[in-house]
Amino acid sequence: MPVNRAFIGREYPASSSYEVGREHIRRFAEAIGDLSPAYLDPAAAQALGHPDVIAPPTFLTVLNFRFATEGPVADPELGLDYSLVVHGEQSFELHRPVRAGDVLTSVQTVTDIKDAGRNELIQTTTEITAADGERVATARSTIVSRGTAAPKES
Amino acid sequence: MASTLSAADVEVGTELPTRTFPIRRADLVKYCGASGDFNVIHWNERTAKAVGLPDVIAHGMFTMALAGRVVTEWAGDPGAVESYSVRFSRPVVVPDDDTGATLDVAGTVESVDGGRAVIALTATVEGNKVLMAAKAVVRLA
Repeated sequence: MPVNRAFIGREYPASSSYEVGREHIRRFAEAIGDLSPAYLDPAAAQALGHPDVIAPPTFLTVLNFRFATEGPVADPELGLDYSLVVHGEQSFELHRPVRAGDVLTSVQTVTDIKDAGRNELIQTTTEITAADGERVATARSTIVSRGTAAPKES
Repeated sequence: MASTLSAADVEVGTELPTRTFPIRRADLVKYCGASGDFNVIHWNERTAKAVGLPDVIAHGMFTMALAGRVVTEWAGDPGAVESYSVRFSRPVVVPDDDTGATLDVAGTVESVDGGRAVIALTATVEGNKVLMAAKAVVRLA
C-alpha cells in the first residue's frame, strides 16, 4: 500500500534533547572498528583542538533511532511497513564535530515522498542544534519502501 | 578543526590508502546495539528472506561508517570531515559464517579548493559497488 503523501512538509521536533556521552561515542566507535584517539581519549581530542572527545561523522544516526517511536516513520498514518524499508541515501553536513557533552535538539522534516519505479522514496532533513542554539549538523536521508508504489495506470 | 594534513600535501588524484573490512553477523549485532537500529533484516535470516532479501543484510549506515574510516584515518583528525554523503546502490548480504562479507574501500582526491579536499570513495563487495556517489569533504590545515 502506498505511503501517505499528506506527510510531505510535516515537522517532527524531538520530544527531548539528546545528551552525547563519552561512553556512547566509545561504543559507537568500537562498533565501527574505528579506534581513533579523538573518539576515545579527551586529552588526545584536546590536542587536536576539540573541547572533548568527538564523535565519528556518521554518529548522528543514533538520533533517528533514539527518537524513532515519535518520528514520521513510526506514525501508523504514514502507512509504512518497516520490514520493507531499506536505506537509499544519507548525507551529513557537519557544521562542527559532534562532541561529548553536547545536548542536542533535533527537528526532522519530511521533505518529499515520491515514486521511483515500483518503490517509494521518503526523504527527510534533520536539523541538529546545540543547547546554546549553535547549528551542529544537517542530516538528509532517503529511505526506500520496496514495492509499495501505487500501480501505474496504463 | 582542520585535518593534520596541509593543503601542500594534497593534490587532485592523490590516492588514500585502501582498506578491506570484513562484515560478519557479529559486527551487525554490535552495530545494532551501538546505533539503536534493530531492524530485524539486519540480524534475522528468516525475516530477511520473508521480505524478499537473499539473506541478512548489513545496515547501510554501517557500510557508510566503515567506508568513512578511509577518510577519517587519512585526515588524522576525524573532526576535519565537514560533510559525508552516500547512495546505497545494493545491499551488502552477510551470510551466517565466519567470513561474512568483505568490503573493499578506496578513495581519491577529486578536487582541492579553498583549503578543502573533496574525496570520492568507492566501496565494493566482490567487485560490485555497494555505495554510489560517496563523497566526503575534508578541511585541510
